[in-house]
Amino acid sequence: MSAHAAEAEHAYVPGEIAKPNTAWIWKTFWVLVAITALEFVIAFTLTSPDWRTFRNSIFIVLTILKAFFIVGEFMHLKHEVKSLIWTVLVPTSLLIWLVVALVTEGSFIGEVLSHMFT
Amino acid sequence: MAHSTTLEPTATPATYTDAPRTGTWDGGNEPFKASYGKLMMWFFLLSDAFTFGAFLTAYGMIRHKHGVFTGTAKQFYFSTAHWPIPEKVFNAFPGLHGDLPLAFVALMTMILIFSSVTMVLAVEAGHRMDKADVQKWLLWTILFGSMFLSSQAWEWSHFIGGHEEGTRMADGTLMFGANLAMNQYGPPLFGDLFFFITGFHGTHVFSGVCLLVWCFIATTNGTFEKRGHYEMVEKIGLYWHFVDLVWVFVFTFFYLV
Repeated sequence: MSAHAAEAEHAYVPGEIAKPNTAWIWKTFWVLVAITALEFVIAFTLTSPDWRTFRNSIFIVLTILKAFFIVGEFMHLKHEVKSLIWTVLVPTSLLIWLVVALVTEGSFIGEVLSHMFT
Repeated sequence: MAHSTTLEPTATPATYTDAPRTGTWDGGNEPFKASYGKLMMWFFLLSDAFTFGAFLTAYGMIRHKHGVFTGTAKQFYFSTAHWPIPEKVFNAFPGLHGDLPLAFVALMTMILIFSSVTMVLAVEAGHRMDKADVQKWLLWTILFGSMFLSSQAWEWSHFIGGHEEGTRMADGTLMFGANLAMNQYGPPLFGDLFFFITGFHGTHVFSGVCLLVWCFIATTNGTFEKRGHYEMVEKIGLYWHFVDLVWVFVFTFFYLV
């Protein structure tokens, strides 16, 4: 994967156009298509309500995997310096706390409201 | 002597005539090894990630506040008492009749992934200073971006128009489709969140298409060729991939979960 990272540093010689180096782009594309296809297969096979939590966990893992490929390869973050990677990832990871806190809060609010008049 | 109209540099102290200062604390080094423009685009995207994160978190909270339909998908019926199952809401395809759950949103997802690929191909062509290739891939990206926007327009009009059967509301009226106050699919907030989240994302796609059109014109005029680099394509590419990334999350939390 370091092939295209080094490629960016090529000195430009006027009138001479290098050959495209696109194999890694199409590889990432097929990975994204495969993960999306897998999500659809799971959406239509694991339909039992008992499996809901398990199914949703798989969806979230696959979503983060897709995000990893888009941000890492397409947005090139994987090939940036470590400090830039952490500058982006550390603040974003705070969202995990926000989601967990507010989703839990939402369940409690729903619980309270449903017993309010009974 | 006639007055010269050209600006003469004023006499400067000896220390300022030196070469640019490159010491660690003089702004001489680049800790991130990325240009100013790209770095600022990253920070903008980080702040934008928080905006979308807030939207999706609000979705999670409001969804958990409402009742869950406990039966199977086959027994499901629309009611304002529980949150709808997405595949029952989004099951239409333009030009086709019948129950086609999530088929159209699958197509939209594929269009956006494709546009991401053509965008990264344009960036790659920019690295090689290949003007013709940059133009070609930018045009494909504009095409896929516009296709996505058109699909979303159809999706919205179908969501607003509603299913043929409609839903009997608590006051006895038959409700078709959706507006900001009520909808036939579930609690009022379900419709609101649909409009706000997909609408905010669609606005981003629209801005992206505008930037791409401008970028295509600038490429065609040779602006970047003269400048010696295609970094602008890279910066717009970062934005475009971010929009694709947001769709990945919207797709999971709005259509799958």
